[in-house]
Order: sequence, then structure tokens, then C-alpha cells
Amino acid sequence: MNDPAIRLAGLRKAFGRNQVLRGIDLTIPAGRVTVLMGANGAGKSTLVKILCGVHGADAGTVTLDGRPFAPASPSAALRAGVVTVHQNINDGVVPDLDVASNLLLDTLADGSGTFLNRRRMRERAREIAAAVGLEIDVTRQVADLSLADRQLVAIARAMAHDPRLMILDEPTSSLSAVEAERLFDLIESLRDRGVAILYISHRMSDIRRLADRIVSMRDGQIAGVFEEAPLDYSGSVRAMLGHEMTEADITIPAPGRTVLEVSDLVLRPGAAPFSLVARENEVIAITGLVGSGKSDLAGALFGLAPPLSGQMVLDGRPHRPTDARAAIAAGVYMCPKDRLITAVVADFDITRNITIPFLPRHSRASFLSRGSERRTAERMIGEMGVICQTPMDGILTLSGGNQQKVMVARWMAEASRLLILDEPFQGVDIQARRDIGHKIRATAGTRATIVFVAELDEALEIADRILVMSEHSIVGEHRNENIDVSAIMAEVVEAAPARAAGLQHG
Amino acid sequence: MDNRTSLVDLAIRYGFLVLMAALIVFFGIMAEGFLTPFSAVFILQSVAITGILALGVTATLVVGGFDLSIGAVATSALMLSSYVMVVWEMSALSAVLICLAMGAFVGLINGLLVVKMRVPDLLATLGMMFLLVGAQRIPTEGRSISTGMSLPDGSVANGKFSEAFLALGRHRIDFIAPNLVPLSVIFLIAIAIGVWVFLETTRHGRLMYAIGSNQQAASLAGANVNRYKIVAYMISGVLASVGGILLAARLGRGDVASGNNLLLDSVAAALIGFAVLGASKPNAFGTAIGALFVGILLQGLTMMNAPYYTQDFVKGAVLVIALVFTFALSGRGGRARG
Repeated sequence: MNDPAIRLAGLRKAFGRNQVLRGIDLTIPAGRVTVLMGANGAGKSTLVKILCGVHGADAGTVTLDGRPFAPASPSAALRAGVVTVHQNINDGVVPDLDVASNLLLDTLADGSGTFLNRRRMRERAREIAAAVGLEIDVTRQVADLSLADRQLVAIARAMAHDPRLMILDEPTSSLSAVEAERLFDLIESLRDRGVAILYISHRMSDIRRLADRIVSMRDGQIAGVFEEAPLDYSGSVRAMLGHEMTEADITIPAPGRTVLEVSDLVLRPGAAPFSLVARENEVIAITGLVGSGKSDLAGALFGLAPPLSGQMVLDGRPHRPTDARAAIAAGVYMCPKDRLITAVVADFDITRNITIPFLPRHSRASFLSRGSERRTAERMIGEMGVICQTPMDGILTLSGGNQQKVMVARWMAEASRLLILDEPFQGVDIQARRDIGHKIRATAGTRATIVFVAELDEALEIADRILVMSEHSIVGEHRNENIDVSAIMAEVVEAAPARAAGLQHG
Repeated sequence: MDNRTSLVDLAIRYGFLVLMAALIVFFGIMAEGFLTPFSAVFILQSVAITGILALGVTATLVVGGFDLSIGAVATSALMLSSYVMVVWEMSALSAVLICLAMGAFVGLINGLLVVKMRVPDLLATLGMMFLLVGAQRIPTEGRSISTGMSLPDGSVANGKFSEAFLALGRHRIDFIAPNLVPLSVIFLIAIAIGVWVFLETTRHGRLMYAIGSNQQAASLAGANVNRYKIVAYMISGVLASVGGILLAARLGRGDVASGNNLLLDSVAAALIGFAVLGASKPNAFGTAIGALFVGILLQGLTMMNAPYYTQDFVKGAVLVIALVFTFALSGRGGRARG
């Protein structure tokens, strides 16, 4: 059963000037689970979208069972036997319909006849469900099902097409450990029936559980293929992250007073409790793969979602913010990731974007002082080196790097006790990255600073101390001095125990 | 190329003001007596109530919401103020205060529906509109309210509209000519300035614009999103009840059939306001100009003896054109829905 199901040769794709796929050669054999790893922007999702008919490739060929395969639309890909289960579960199901209608949705969409025969539909739906071992009442509304069951419905629906290749894009990201286990069993039974599986994930525990082979992508190219048992997991992560080390010229200063003390924090059920201390004049980088819990930790510190248990102490007083406002009032500021969604106010100019959180400082009896705002904006534009015509430029006229400088400036305009920066180098050019990193370090003296980054290079560039997160817990701590990169890599990958504990607690 | 883009920019920025000037010239030539102070005052008076309502809608548009219940709030205030004075025989002051409280309360409920119950704004305020349209007729079993009417329980209502109350809608101030400018116009101007000052120069207004542009970013910057949204609906409710009070004072009776056009006219004014000076966002100045624009158009058409249905058609057409100015030409369609 090892005949190649899908073969990609010289696949290229560009969006405008941005080369996303730069010559992909890859086979995805039938009857095996191929795990695809890659950091954000490596080109994974573009690759998937070409395979499932959303985009066309610019160059290169795809063959499916020896025949050329170039689907013009998602439904063409489906008919040819390539099915995709998306990360966002609700993309795969229609919540307002019952299970039977969902299972037969594709036949409804391009079937013939106008009226529905309820009884026949249910019978056919039951057959489809049984074929994947899904035990479910097909008359139930999908909206009433758990996320896991919805996903199984989406997979069962896909299976009705007798697929040759099944693509699963981060399928466990919203499942509990027990639910994920059910999914894994299903995937294995599909594999044993000769379906080629392309499984996209960052979760090492999933990968260990399922992978027959691992393909690592980086910058639009295949960076490594690992298929000899035992699989080289850390090798695959290294290939995915790359490690062209920038010379880290970090001189670690003497840390000052303790600002934040976190003890026995539990971020999600089953995750191991952890503790950490952040001090003045110290920049901590917390690194880990996507989904390792970095954002959850940032959210707990900034009051977006309280931790399940454990204590946070800020300057000797309990720190239990109920929302962002409370956190800001306590002196904890956060520059969030995904700036265009979570930070940039598109209708505002640079000045107004900078002054949003601290308007009381710029107003008297609620009336704003334009002069005070402009002075702060000019000062911050100068300090951060934002390249712009005037402080009244619209924020969207700036490049990504300059937008990010403005977002960082927003939170550096006032003194903080703890400054959290979540992926501050996301979508930022190299010069802006240097400027922002330098500024963060230069101003760190009077506060504690925690930077969350997925890329190890970025952590090495900015931090005095590097903490490694995995499975929603901190699994390693390193002083950024003569650092052993492979040890950190191993910790990034290492995680099985916490997940196993999760299985027992459900 | 540069020339063309700057021409488009000019069209976006000043297109509407030029159109309005052209309209005034056109009616000035075509309709006799259009360019007189009296005609101007008449336009302002007809615009006053819709303008005040439109300023309320503007507040909800700023936070990315929408209020369809304003027309119904205004007619409810019309009926309520009449009921308070005619049936309960209370003073003008209590009538005004009770109506304002009613407007604030309706706005509070609208805001809570949107913020806490997560009902989409259009649906929440549409539901509230139907509710109010019905509720305002229950006490009188669907009849208009005037002195001497018989009540459902058989008694006769003896109260009447006090002079002070009627003055709100009818009194005229000496300006240029004696007895020229109606009080309601003064209210409109004062409220427009007040809303403009609030939205443009206070930190609360700034945060409301931030919420309308990117709610999540505003929230992560520490803005109390829910509270500002509720405040916006309360402003809308209160201003709508002010409009209703002025309408009652002008009519001098609780007329069930009045105010049918209030919703359409004021929403049109607020949306036309997007296009004024190429703002591409809700703003108090634009809204006032939008209301004036609609008023000029209707007055001109009336003086040219155009039938009422043509007026509705023209109003709709102007609204569509204004929306094209805002969304297509300025290429910043991201914001707000209309």
C-alpha cells in the first residue's frame, strides 16, 4: 500500500511580489500519515489551498494516482478525491441543519431534484456515519453537538466521497485530550484503508502519536523530510524553525527588584502548574510552538482570561485583573499579537493610535488637549524611529514595521510595571525588528518585560532569560549566555508528560 | 494620473457641498420666493426635529451600532407628553422630564439588548421600534390625545397643553426680522454643537470612535466598550425623545399619525453626513449638513409643486448617491454598515 497517492513537483505560487511557495517537491504516499510542520508564513496553508482547489499554482505539477490533478474549485478537488478538514470546525458543517443534512450536503449542493426524501436521506446518512464509526443520532442539530462531534461529522461527510487524500489542518486545536484520541483512532483506521493522510499540526504530542513521516517547511520550501524510524522529532523542529543564529550581543544587566511573582499557575485542565519571577531591568522571552500556551499566559497576566488556579503577585500585592482595564490600572500593559485585528485603529492617525490607552493624561475634565497629544506622539515617533511625514498620517499609510513601532510606542508612552509584548516582530522587516528590540532593551530598567515569541532567533536577540513553554506549562529556563540551542529545541519539542496527564483528567 | 486622483479627492471632499450649493441656486431660479429669510426659516424648522434625531443616530453609528427605534421613541414621546399633560394634568416641566427619562430608559434597554444579550443592533432596535409603536397606543386605545377626549374608562380628559410647553415648538425669536427664528431651530443648533463637541473634543468621543473602528483594539487598550455602547444608545434615545417633545409642542395634540417619516429622514441625514467633506465616518457636522440638505431638497420640491411621492423617490435617490460617495469613491468601505 505504499504507492504514491499524490506527487508534487516544482510547485510555485506567489501573491504579488511575495513568493509563498518556492518550488515544492513532495510525495504523499497512500496508507501513511504524513505530518506537515512549518512556522507561520512558511507556506503550509497556501500549499493546502492549492491541493483543495482554492488557489491555482503558478508553476509545477500535481499528480494524483498518476493522473494530472489541477482542481479548478474546491468541489472539483472533492470529486477527484481530495478532502480537507479545516482548522475552523464550523467551516466544515452547517450548524443550523441536522446531522443527516450535513452528511449529505455535497450531494444536496450538486444533486438533482428539488424535494427531499427525509427517510432516504436519513438511511444514507446512517450508512455514512457507520462507515467511519461515528455513533450519533442523525436527526440532531449540529449546533447541539460538541466541537469534537462536529468535527467527526465533517470528517464523515468528507469520507462519503471515498477520498484518496485527506488533509487535516490543525484538527485538534479545540479538542480535549479524550476527544483528540477518538479523532486519532479514526485517522488510523482511514490510513489502514489506504487513504493518504496529510496532517498539519504543531502539537508534538499529536505528531508523536500519529506521524509515519514528517515533512518540515520553511520559507516556502521543503526544509526536511523525516521518515526513518525512529523519527527524528527534534531534527524536524530544527528544520522548521531554522537556526541561522544572529550574533546575539546581549550583555545581561544585574536584575533589579522583583515585580511579578507567579506561582503554581495552571492555564488549562491537565496542564502542569508552573511558576515564574520577573524583575526590573530584565527582559524575559517566552518561546514555544504555536498552541503551546503563550497567548494564554499573556491573557492571564493581562486579565483577559483568569488562570484555572495559582497565584499572581505584582509588587507584593495580589494581581487578579478582571479585564484589560484593571490590568492597565495595575501597571500591566500588553502589546497584543496580530496588530491589524487587535491593536490598529484603522480610522485613526498615528497620534490618536498612540494616545488611546492614556487619554485621561491628555485631557482636562474630559476635554482633550491636542497639544498634549501631539507632544507625546512626536516624542514617541522620535524615540521609536517611526518613519512618517507627520504625526497626522493615517496609520494604514505606514509600512508593517512602522505600524508595529506605533503599537509598541502606544504602550511605552507611559511608565509600566510589567510590559508584555506578544509577538512584537510579527510581519516586521529586519530593520524595524532591530529598532524595536533595541528600544525594548534600552527602556527595560524601570519595569519587568516579558516578550512572547515563537521564533527562537527572536528570543536570542532580545532576552536576558529565555523560558520555554510547551503544553501550557513552562518546561525550561535558560540564561541567554553561551546558550545551548539544541537543548532549547529539545524542550520546545519535549512535552508528552503534560499531555498524558491531561488524558487522565479528561 | 496624479491630476485624476486629486480630482477624485476633491470630488469626495467637496462634492456634496457643491451639490448643495447647486441645489440652492437651482431652486432659487426655478421656485419663486425660495431665496428669502422666511423660506430659509421654514427649511430650518422642518429640519429641526429630523436633525436632532439624526444626531442621536450618529452617536450609535460612531460606536459601530445602529438605532432603528428613534422614530418610534419620538412618537412615543409625543404621545407620552400629551398624556401626561392632558390626562394626568401635570405641568409642562414634568412632561418634558418624564419624556426624557423614557428616552434614556429605552436607550438603556436597547444598549443592554445589544451588549449583554448579544442581539444584533439592527434587530434589537427594530424589535424595540415595533414594541413602542404598539405600546404608545395602548393607553388611549389607538386614538389621538387632545383636550376633551373621552378615555377608555368613560371619563373625559380635562387637562391641556400648557402655554410654556407649546412655546417650545412655536415660539419665535427676533433675529433679522421680528418673530423669525423658531425655538426648535435654536435647539437643533445647540444640540448639534453639543454632540460635535462631545464626539470630537472629549476623550469619551475619541474612545467611541475607536470602538467603532476596531472594537477589539479599543477593548485591549482599556476602553470600557460595553459602557460606551450603552451610553451611545442612551444618547440616541434621549435625543429622539427631545425630537418627540418638540413635535408635540408644534402640533399641540398627541397625534397618532404624526412622525411616520421621522425614521427614514433622520437615518438618511446621518448617512448623507458620511459623505460631507469626505469624512467617510459618522460625524455631527456632516449629519447637520445632511439634514439641511434633505430639508432644502424637500422645500424646493414643495415650492415647485412636486407631488409627495416624488419627494420620497428623490430622498431615496440622494441617499443612495451619498452612500456611493462614501463607500465606493473613497475606497474605505471598511467601516459601518448603513
